[in-house]
Amino acid sequence: MTYAVRSATARFGHTLALDDVTVEVPGGSVVAVVGGDGAGKSTLLRALAGEVSLDAGTVEAPPRQRLGYLPASSGSWAALTVTQNIDFVAGIYGLAGDELAARRAELLHRAALTPAAGRLAAQLSGGMRRKLGFIMAIVHRPALLILDEPTTGIDPVSRIDLWRLVSEAAASGAAVLMSTTYLDEAERAGHLVVLDRGRVLVQGSYDQVRAGFAGVVTQADRPVRPGWAWRRGRILHEYWPGAGASEPPAGATAVEPDLEDIIIALSLARRDTVWS
Amino acid sequence: MTGTLLRATQVIRRFGEFTAVDDVSMHVRPGEVVGLLGANGAGKTTLIRMLLGLIAVTSGRVDLLGGPPDRERRRRLGYVPQGLGLYGDLTVRENLSFSARAYGTAEPALPPGLTGQAGVLVRELSLGAQRQVAFLAALAHSPDVLVLDEPTSGVDALARAALWDTIRAQAERGAGVLVTTHYMQEAQQCDRLLLMSDGRLVAEGSEADIIGSTTAVAVRTGDWARAFAALAAAGAPVMLAGRAIRVANADPAELAGVLEAAGIEASLQPVPATIEERMLMLARQARAS
Repeated sequence: MTYAVRSATARFGHTLALDDVTVEVPGGSVVAVVGGDGAGKSTLLRALAGEVSLDAGTVEAPPRQRLGYLPASSGSWAALTVTQNIDFVAGIYGLAGDELAARRAELLHRAALTPAAGRLAAQLSGGMRRKLGFIMAIVHRPALLILDEPTTGIDPVSRIDLWRLVSEAAASGAAVLMSTTYLDEAERAGHLVVLDRGRVLVQGSYDQVRAGFAGVVTQADRPVRPGWAWRRGRILHEYWPGAGASEPPAGATAVEPDLEDIIIALSLARRDTVWS
Repeated sequence: MTGTLLRATQVIRRFGEFTAVDDVSMHVRPGEVVGLLGANGAGKTTLIRMLLGLIAVTSGRVDLLGGPPDRERRRRLGYVPQGLGLYGDLTVRENLSFSARAYGTAEPALPPGLTGQAGVLVRELSLGAQRQVAFLAALAHSPDVLVLDEPTSGVDALARAALWDTIRAQAERGAGVLVTTHYMQEAQQCDRLLLMSDGRLVAEGSEADIIGSTTAVAVRTGDWARAFAALAAAGAPVMLAGRAIRVANADPAELAGVLEAAGIEASLQPVPATIEERMLMLARQARAS
């Protein structure tokens, strides 16, 4: 089963939050949406979750009871314990008794939260609260799992725990759409979508994105055209989209661009097109 | 000046029975960018609060610009906390005036990206723009030492590159910079790394020094979902990496045995470990003990 948002356009007042965006999420895979603050990530996820109505385009999603959604703001009740939070959400989906107890124990174990089962959500660390949110989104074994920045701002070890949980969900057949600001996570997903100001800058597997990247990235201490250069540690990288004046000068050192380089280069090229 | 801007010497900090920072020695020199890494609860924030003079050490010694972190020395410090420390209900201009007055310095000019925003309330700005304002406020008095807690969390790649340009410019004019980050690619922007775990400094140096003897195995198979499930069930520290599976500190022969027992064909290949995998192994050791 493949879920999708097709040719989606969403406006909030004068802001074009999504501009003709198509993203498919096949079962058994993880699709990662990357982009900064204001790129349109949350709007895309909320559109697929049925929380935003589109000005144009279509949404293919399962019925609500087969959908799991973790919003960007935590989504647990601070004054309830970890167990009470899980049981409350499970109850909405009709999960109860031995079946619920077994499912709850399994998920707590996999998230390394068993020792915190009796703790109030208010007393959890940021990483633990995100893992609780994840359990609440997945307790009813949804066919489509939508996770809005599940790992932003949490420590690397909790991030790995969450990634393992996400991978396990996909391995058991769920279609997973998640947003992230971490590019190393996007590299890890089977399919990545780079959003920039409401538009898809590029999408595909990491290998496809790399193969489809046109132009050359060079490195130097001093850039030839500062507007096309960015910093990587002590040195600078510079993008040459190709053709005519934007060919690198003879003798420049080319580098193999990573995802960070590719996204910055494509963002600069888009700014150039939009502004000129 | 001893050539060191910031120094902790055998610093210990206890909260009741709990030792948050346990015998840590570290330093930051002029012109270098030092990355401080660690999981939650590793002791990073407590160490920073002692270096900034916000809490006292239980034992050991902290030197900021050659002496204790008193008010006079703290004037030469710039600090951008994770929460940015701005007043959301004040405008950009009012926030910058406030911090410039507090440090007794001139108000900074707005960079091109923020001109026209002087009268906008800070809470109405995008996160990327708020970070820019927090940097401007912290840098207006040309501090000798800059401490940044998760400086680029939540911003896009282009904005992150611009913030790193600013950080580098500070180091190039001679400031010492201490940066905490959860973003491992960002760690590679630093000149030197420190890794904390359970209150202790467990590794120091380049990325290779931090990774140390941690190894990893890449598992490639046509059926990653079943392979992932089988390895996870066997208790291996598995991670997904595109269509491949990575396992930290694993014995390839043992993994091959697990996969064979599950009837899954796969190729296994030792690969260089990542900083994250080193941190995962440290966390598993801490959980086990």
